[in-house]
Amino acid sequence: MKETRLLMGMGITVEISDSSATKEIFDEVFSYFKYVDEKFSTYKNTSEISRVNSGELSEEFWSKDMKEVFALAEETKKLTDGYFDIIRADGTYDPSGLVKGWAIFNAAEIIKRAGFENFYVEAGGDIEARGKNGDGEDWKVGIRDPFDKEKKIIVKVISVSDIGIATSGTYVLGQHIYNPHARDRRITEIVSFTVVGPNIYEADRFATAAFAMGREGIRFIENLPGFEGYMIDKDGIATETSGFKGYVLNNNL
Amino acid sequence: MKIKTYTKGYMKKFLLSIFVIISFAFYVFYNRTSGEVAYVEPAPTTTILPPTPTPTPTPPKTIPIPKPPVIPPPILPKNLYADGTFTGDSVDAYYGYVQVEAKITNGKIAEVNFLDYPSDRNTSRHINSVAMPRLRSEAIAAQSYKVNIVSGATDTSMAFRESLQSALSLAMS
Repeated sequence: MKETRLLMGMGITVEISDSSATKEIFDEVFSYFKYVDEKFSTYKNTSEISRVNSGELSEEFWSKDMKEVFALAEETKKLTDGYFDIIRADGTYDPSGLVKGWAIFNAAEIIKRAGFENFYVEAGGDIEARGKNGDGEDWKVGIRDPFDKEKKIIVKVISVSDIGIATSGTYVLGQHIYNPHARDRRITEIVSFTVVGPNIYEADRFATAAFAMGREGIRFIENLPGFEGYMIDKDGIATETSGFKGYVLNNNL
Repeated sequence: MKIKTYTKGYMKKFLLSIFVIISFAFYVFYNRTSGEVAYVEPAPTTTILPPTPTPTPTPPKTIPIPKPPVIPPPILPKNLYADGTFTGDSVDAYYGYVQVEAKITNGKIAEVNFLDYPSDRNTSRHINSVAMPRLRSEAIAAQSYKVNIVSGATDTSMAFRESLQSALSLAMS
């Protein structure tokens, strides 16, 4: 059973290959994403994060989830040598780089608690894949060509189970793109950074940080136990960590 | 005298050409991988010849200068856009907005800047470099495998494109 809904400005897909899957579990998962959106959307004035940012909500009144996300953000900042930072230039907080992976992971846990073992949850290109696909094989995940405007071309296929995959990136036209918070630093060098990790929460936060590091990112992932990375630069040259090939399916061309 | 001068000039050109060809071949042989554009200086030996009133001096223009293979940038039609700075729409990129401005110079996109961008890509410090393990690199190529799921950065990139398109449509009008 498979369903896609548009939530939080992106497509979210859930597929459960267990034959016992029912409509109810899908509803539960999608309503969880809706809940996360209501709480962490920085451009909804009524969201909890907006009320945190406006100063309306002092820390003692934060929800359990808000406290958890902030604690995770702090931890991630330390682990990534400051590359992962939810504090914006204006001093407000934007935990979106963390919340997406965190929410996908939690959604997967909801499905698991409901008794399912074979499924994936994908939101905006980030994936938590568990168990096997409908054919009883590991899930086949394609990495999209960042230069393909039609978004149809796949440049790498990996076969995974019980793993998280996140891709961070920016589409470039060949012009200079600047990080608004550090305008002297271009972020054009790397256009796509995929990280495979023990779960989507871990993969997503480190993909975000590795992307921000530019070419250094691949070394960072190489030295991170339990993680592999696949980085594509602006010239279409991909660099992969030493263990990434373990996931790659041979090209059938 | 006229004929002699002509002959001398002819001779000079001939010697010069020979020299240029030889030195160029030599240069190419040793710099095949350097990627630099060759410019071959006339030889000192030819400079000792007296200057002659050759009506049309022939520079070593017939020598093709090889250039390193260049991946062509996206080609935009000339003067498609009006010069100036154009601000695109602010586009929802999931948990944040993306807004760009395009600077058009001589009808071409000279610069694209982010005015707004989700802050999770904020970078301020350099990570300490660690020993570089052997990492494999390759040119990306399309695969035709049937897949269950696709991973890719879509949110920010799509929003970026939308914002840029709206900026460019302003430049076109």
